[in-house]
Amino acid sequence: MSVKRVGLPLMNVVKLRGTPILQQLLLEERLLRSSSANWCIVNDGTNLPNIVMGLSGKPCELVELEPVIRDQVPVIKRFTGGGTVIVDENTLFVSLICNRNDVPDVQPYPRSVMAWSGSLYSQVFNGIGDFQLRENDYVFGDRKFGGNAQSITRNRWIHHTSFLWDYSESNMAYLKLPSRVPQYRLERDHTDFVCRMKDYIERAGFIEKTIKAVGTQFMLKELSFDEIDDSCREHLETTRLLTLDELKETLAKTTQNESIAQAV
Amino acid sequence: MAARFLWASRVASHLKISIAQRGFASVVLKDLKYAESHEWVKIDGNKATFGITDHAQDHLGDVVYVELPDLGRSVSQGESFGAVESVKATSDINSPVSGKVVEVNEVLSESPGLVNTSPYEDGWIIKVELSDAEEAKKLMDSDKYSKFCEEEDAKH
Repeated sequence: MSVKRVGLPLMNVVKLRGTPILQQLLLEERLLRSSSANWCIVNDGTNLPNIVMGLSGKPCELVELEPVIRDQVPVIKRFTGGGTVIVDENTLFVSLICNRNDVPDVQPYPRSVMAWSGSLYSQVFNGIGDFQLRENDYVFGDRKFGGNAQSITRNRWIHHTSFLWDYSESNMAYLKLPSRVPQYRLERDHTDFVCRMKDYIERAGFIEKTIKAVGTQFMLKELSFDEIDDSCREHLETTRLLTLDELKETLAKTTQNESIAQAV
Repeated sequence: MAARFLWASRVASHLKISIAQRGFASVVLKDLKYAESHEWVKIDGNKATFGITDHAQDHLGDVVYVELPDLGRSVSQGESFGAVESVKATSDINSPVSGKVVEVNEVLSESPGLVNTSPYEDGWIIKVELSDAEEAKKLMDSDKYSKFCEEEDAKH
């Protein structure tokens, strides 16, 4: 152990692969609220396409309900803020759950945590593709490849990212253009706004570099999924899968409202 | 800075309380009590009104959503009862005192930005029936809270 690592706070690292995104999010919410340790969760692709909305997301505004219902694409509401994504085996996830006292230079507010994450990933993408944190997205140049979201509690916070390793245009068609878009997007449509991470970095290399960057601020300890203590489950769980009935009801109401609007 | 003090003066005049002008940044109102997690509380008999402070709303950024608790729900001092969403984050709102929720500010569902523009007035979040009036003694007064905010900001 080198001298510089003495006194660094401990960070548990859990590497997953193909874990269902609902399971990952429920795990993260539990660890944020019921654990006192720091965690770095890496999920190297989830197993099936799922739509994931932020806490305040409204399906009628964010999702093309008819094809989603027809094709039975799961829609999840997560416990963090932020926008809507469709994730699959070509989405990589990195989540950092920290005690605020273990990152004392970071105030427990969104912009401060976001800036800290930007500097962390600047180490990962050093010299690669003009990486920057732009508004709240990770970009190469002016093209987004990573979307962020956070949840902040009294003494802890989570910052998690979905990285577009690759994506399919047909999956993106399940999502509507959101009403709130970053200013740097300008008027660009989706294909001109995002880029594929695989065009810039090797998949395994990205994961390795990310864990290494985390290791500059924390003492790392790798745990398997089975080694995570799940005895404490007293927290309020807000992450959930929306039911098909809920989506159908939303579609029916939306259709009815549109009909009334047209008649008027 | 001058505009914020003018706003605070108008609020204070309406609420019939005096204000403490800090050297910089956020507004703190006298006659309210404050929690370290940056919620304010106004106690009136056995009822209390809560919200988040000007310091909190300034650091959170534009609030786009407020998750409100159900009526009748119990809240405990220091525990989360709801959340605000700003930027890409949900941030817990913690209860400064314990009690039962008797009113929520439904206007925030349509106008969450009131938490930013009027944190001590129109942006109030919930009202509770107190279960333990003594708990308020654990909270900070305006002078202590002002100092607390300055010390917190100075660390970063």
